[in-house]
Amino acid sequence: MLTLELCVAGVMLISLIIYMLTGGADFGGGIWDLFAIGRRAKAQRDLITQAIAPIWEANHVWLIVIIVLLFVAFPVGFAAISTALHIPLTLMLIGIVLRGSAFVFRTYDVQSDTTHRRWSRVFAIGSVITPVMLGITLGAVASGTIHVDMESRQVTTDFISAWFAPFPFAIGFFTLTLCALLAAVYLTLETDDPELQEDFRRRALIAAVSVGAMAGLSFILSAEGAPTIRRGLASASWSIPFQLLTGAVALWAIWTLWNRQFRLARILVPIQVTLIVFGWGLAQYPYLVTPNLTFSNTAAPDAVLRPMLIVLGVGGVLLIPAFWYLYAVFKGASRKTRETVAQVDTYEDNSA
Amino acid sequence: MSDLLAARAQMAMSLAFHIIFAVVGIAMPLLMVIAEGLWLKTREEVYLTLAKQWAKGTAIMFAVGAVSGTVLSFELGLLWPNFMAYAGPIIGMPFSLEGFAFFLEAIFLGLYLYGWDRIPKYAHWFAGMMVLLGGTFSGIFVVTANAWMNTPTGFSIVNGEVTNVDPIAAMLNPSSFSQALHMTIAAFLSVGFAVAGIHAYFLRRDPNNVFHRRAFAIALSVGAVFALLQPISGDISAKRLAKHQPIKLAAMEAQWETERGAPLRIGGIPDEDAEVTRYAIEIPKALSFLAHSDFNAEIMGLKDVPRENRPPVAIVHYAFQIMVACGIVLITAGVLGGWLAWRHKRLPTERWYLRFITFCAPLGFIAIEAGWTVTEVGRQPWVIYNYMRTADAVTPMPNLVIPFVSFTILYIFLSIVVVVLLRRQIFQSPRLYDTN
Repeated sequence: MLTLELCVAGVMLISLIIYMLTGGADFGGGIWDLFAIGRRAKAQRDLITQAIAPIWEANHVWLIVIIVLLFVAFPVGFAAISTALHIPLTLMLIGIVLRGSAFVFRTYDVQSDTTHRRWSRVFAIGSVITPVMLGITLGAVASGTIHVDMESRQVTTDFISAWFAPFPFAIGFFTLTLCALLAAVYLTLETDDPELQEDFRRRALIAAVSVGAMAGLSFILSAEGAPTIRRGLASASWSIPFQLLTGAVALWAIWTLWNRQFRLARILVPIQVTLIVFGWGLAQYPYLVTPNLTFSNTAAPDAVLRPMLIVLGVGGVLLIPAFWYLYAVFKGASRKTRETVAQVDTYEDNSA
Repeated sequence: MSDLLAARAQMAMSLAFHIIFAVVGIAMPLLMVIAEGLWLKTREEVYLTLAKQWAKGTAIMFAVGAVSGTVLSFELGLLWPNFMAYAGPIIGMPFSLEGFAFFLEAIFLGLYLYGWDRIPKYAHWFAGMMVLLGGTFSGIFVVTANAWMNTPTGFSIVNGEVTNVDPIAAMLNPSSFSQALHMTIAAFLSVGFAVAGIHAYFLRRDPNNVFHRRAFAIALSVGAVFALLQPISGDISAKRLAKHQPIKLAAMEAQWETERGAPLRIGGIPDEDAEVTRYAIEIPKALSFLAHSDFNAEIMGLKDVPRENRPPVAIVHYAFQIMVACGIVLITAGVLGGWLAWRHKRLPTERWYLRFITFCAPLGFIAIEAGWTVTEVGRQPWVIYNYMRTADAVTPMPNLVIPFVSFTILYIFLSIVVVVLLRRQIFQSPRLYDTN
């Protein structure tokens, strides 16, 4: 039955997906900043900067929305997670602070190469730490190691073993590869320069293969590391077709990247990431934090959830046109110029 | 350092750091919107240059504000999980609303900072206004959540369990209005004077630079108008405190005895062991009047409160004195500027006045830090006034001194970088002169 807390949980899952697709790609930009090499290194960095500068702060707010929904709707879950996972969450925060500040400092500091490179390094390292720690947190939540005594509602933890294990780390690096893949695929469409496009195509392919490898490794480790998830993924009736679908989309995305059908890849990869996060959400249902906390046994009373859902509805209506305008201005217009360039390219190809 | 003290220190340090960036993010858009509006009206290039120049500094401050705000929203759970498990649902409404306000602020800030050549002029100006609205409401909602900690309402306790939660009643608790008003005015007031102070510094050296003249005029007007409004909100706050948090008021005034016709104390050294306040200048009956509009009203003294329920009196008293002192100087600066401008019918650029305004630049921020010290330390030993003690809210996590020291080093580093970058921005400001 669709209860109010499941509606809120659904909004949280959707927010997490949007955060991955937008904010995750911003972190991915930082990852590729770290791996910017060769004679086009500076061009790559400039492209990344230009692509994320106007939007990263708005994209970042999805994380705040998720954390607010978590502590309002599932307060005991929030308390348990932030107690047992204090260390990875703190490291994630340090990553967030370094990434954001270094990015803006780089833009406004003196434009000498040394200064620029120094801030780039900090920005890139922050961009790597954050998704890894976010993934470790999600992996630990799924792993069934955070035990909460339902009487006292207190978590029993040594603050380390819940997350310092192979499965959470696998999810951490899985998240990292997803961010890298999203960013590389988006960046192929952010430039008119065929060489740069080719750079990011290569990076997207490497990332896509890494995503596959990390997905496989995570699945293997889940047998020991996250039995609840494993049961969901391996035996539920929806699971096998769902995984086949995800795998098919992933392969199709690689195929389009191989054939330089970037616009199609730009659609398929976000679908792939959406399916992965959504599938994880389904596999974990009905648990918020395995093994004790479910959505229903940690939910705030309906008197809290109902007005909050109304606020989410009204706020969403305000937000959609605002976001649409932001993306139309910074992502729509440049695409039009690219179309013109593409036409010119075809023309030249034909004449040749 | 005990874990509780480390947690409190980390929270205080994070808030003290964030608040500076937060108020700049709230108030700078007002200055930018005014400058851009004047450009749209007069088509004088200097106003456009000014809006763009201010936007650069704001971009730096906003980014650091956004990430340090994220840290705070997580720290609520990382440091005070028991508080959040108890209070999260009750104060969820302002936090949810804050999320949307912050969304609008961030979206339109992106459009504002990077959209100068991409969107129509009036759409750009509108984006600026949305940043202003988003920032202001974002601040108001967060302060509302804090107000609930001072005067918790909208729930009841049955057998130790929280029930009958009414999130709207919790949001509209008795302190919300007075705290949100006081803080919002403080944001515009302190940023107005800080910016006016910076431009006053340059005007002393380069008195005919139109860039600094226009900037000084806008910033000083904003600062002065809000300075004149602040005593009204201060009065509302005092009366609310007297009614709902008499212990905090007693600590602010270092009032030990419960008495009628209580005096207002200026300065003085509270002795918490001897329970007396020495060397204060006392204005007879003034406290009773300010708190209750009656010279003979009764004011509760700290001696009526068991020692374990008293806040640290000296800190609260000193912080309050600092806030009020800064406020009085800024109000004087505002009144003086208005009078000079009215009398000479021109921008008040007398050298001594410019020097005075330069001196005033940091006072608003000092007042804000001191004011939050009064609010937060004055609520102790409670995290939720009369319901939950701070000591019971803290995480069981050991070695909290490590994250405290880490974040302190990180924030000191960021502060230095921000100061260096802003300094460079400011010293690169344009030199524009009237040709006639």
